[in-house]
Amino acid sequence: MSPVPALVVDNLRKTYEGGVEALKGVSFRVEQGDFFALLGPNGAGKSTLIGILSSLVNASGGDAHIFGVSVRKQRNAAMRLIGLVPQELNFNQFEKPFDICVNEAGFYGIPRAVAIERAEKYLATMSLSDKAHEQARRLSGGMKRRLMIARAMMNEPKLLILDEPTAGVDIEIRRSMWQFIDGINAAGTTVILTTHYLEEAEQLCRNIAIIDHGTIVENTSMRSLLAKLDIETFVLDIAAPVATLPAIDGCTLRRRDERRLEVTLPRTQNINALFAALSAHGITVISMRNKTNRLEELFVRVVEHGRDDAPRATAEAGA
Amino acid sequence: MSQSSANLIALKTVVHREIMRILRIWTQTLIPPAITMTLYFVIFGTLIGSRIGSISGHFTYMQFIVPGLVMMAIITNSYGNITSSFFGAKFGRYVEEMLVSPMPAWVMLTGYVLGATVRGLAVGVIVLGIALFFTSLDIQHPLITAGSVVLGAVIFSLAGFINAVFAKKFDDIALVPTFILTPLTYLGGVFYSINMLGEPWRTLSKANPILYMVNAFRYGVLGISDVNVAWSFVVMIGFVVLLGGFSLWVLKRGIGLRS
Repeated sequence: MSPVPALVVDNLRKTYEGGVEALKGVSFRVEQGDFFALLGPNGAGKSTLIGILSSLVNASGGDAHIFGVSVRKQRNAAMRLIGLVPQELNFNQFEKPFDICVNEAGFYGIPRAVAIERAEKYLATMSLSDKAHEQARRLSGGMKRRLMIARAMMNEPKLLILDEPTAGVDIEIRRSMWQFIDGINAAGTTVILTTHYLEEAEQLCRNIAIIDHGTIVENTSMRSLLAKLDIETFVLDIAAPVATLPAIDGCTLRRRDERRLEVTLPRTQNINALFAALSAHGITVISMRNKTNRLEELFVRVVEHGRDDAPRATAEAGA
Repeated sequence: MSQSSANLIALKTVVHREIMRILRIWTQTLIPPAITMTLYFVIFGTLIGSRIGSISGHFTYMQFIVPGLVMMAIITNSYGNITSSFFGAKFGRYVEEMLVSPMPAWVMLTGYVLGATVRGLAVGVIVLGIALFFTSLDIQHPLITAGSVVLGAVIFSLAGFINAVFAKKFDDIALVPTFILTPLTYLGGVFYSINMLGEPWRTLSKANPILYMVNAFRYGVLGISDVNVAWSFVVMIGFVVLLGGFSLWVLKRGIGLRS
């Protein structure tokens, strides 16, 4: 018998007062142990979805099951299984990180002795031990984000939901947070991540759903999604300016500035042929890099494709 | 771990957090009411009271107003504690810590009400202690005294909770104390006996719930009351049930808290 999924979202709908339809029947599932990316542009419905999963938003229809427990019908039992790192800071800035973590455990009914042990452990993991007894408002932005991760771990959840956990965090701390979250996932916790850093999602997540205008527009494995990317664009730094750009079979070459060219070519094309052709025209390439992150390119394409389709579908329905 | 043990730990956590808040900002929570009430005792009790003479039999005016002022301090501080604490949690969004936890609504409500009751009673004890510098009191009915202060604090904690849930900005939590609570308190027999009033004011005063709390407490301390004490307890328990039930309903529905 296959294990119960960590999350099943079934035809979830949300219409806010005033008629804004934030979710239009969203369905997807996340398997146990998965590292799942939930992506979408601003206003797509991600935060509403996370709000419903964490019971901060009341659904208008449908349901979600966390490890088989209904969020709408068995709220308290479902909440026991999740940890939430929200997008906005939501702790008392006048309390100390240690107290914030211990109180959080208390809300989950965890005995104080265990709570103290866990608070020390997770604050240390988040490199916050030396700030544990200072008022939270004195922490830097990155430290506050890490505090929210430590707090979310206090009930040692089976499903950890991270809503843009690394927003505004410098790259060094971001990488250490990735390492920590990756470690949590490797230890068996299912993780759902929303982020605007698509490099983060590509590096960490195995499966992905893209939501736009309250609808899931893509739901697949990261590998399958990336495989859909049939062309790639590179930026080439060249040794000397070129007067005219050569025509190379299968490639589109554009000039970005005097010493930088942009080349778009199918993923199937041998890149050595490109370098050989450039060399034959006296162009020396010093370095090259991807113009955009691969997932970013796909994300834009998926979302834009969905939006291009939307008016057509409406017109057809109207006809 | 059983559900009841988990609920007890959650309840202790909410109460502990509330008490820590009261102690952390003691200069705002405990000292101001003590100063205000000292001024009442000096001005109304000593300066003006000495010219009034005895009231309701053989009590000095100072002795007469002490129970009313203690009750006034208890209800205004219970109310103020829960409105500022709960609305602060809403405004700072850290109420979400509790809303996303498995804690049942009744645990959260009880925790906040107990925290506010503790503040009300702490202030009541401070004010009573100050009163003893000005007059002597011999508590006549300890159980009625204790019952009336606890019920008074709980009622106004619940009322403050409802105010905080519906408040959208800080002004909203100041409106009720300014336009409802203060007038009702001053007209609730704190400074006078309603037997001094003519009709229809005497009858109208009986519609004021604070009158019953003040008089139940005054009966406990001095042994005198303008209203039937048993009826006072019925009114107070009725308010606890009514406000408690409504608070719980609001919290379970997520009104003002969940979108």
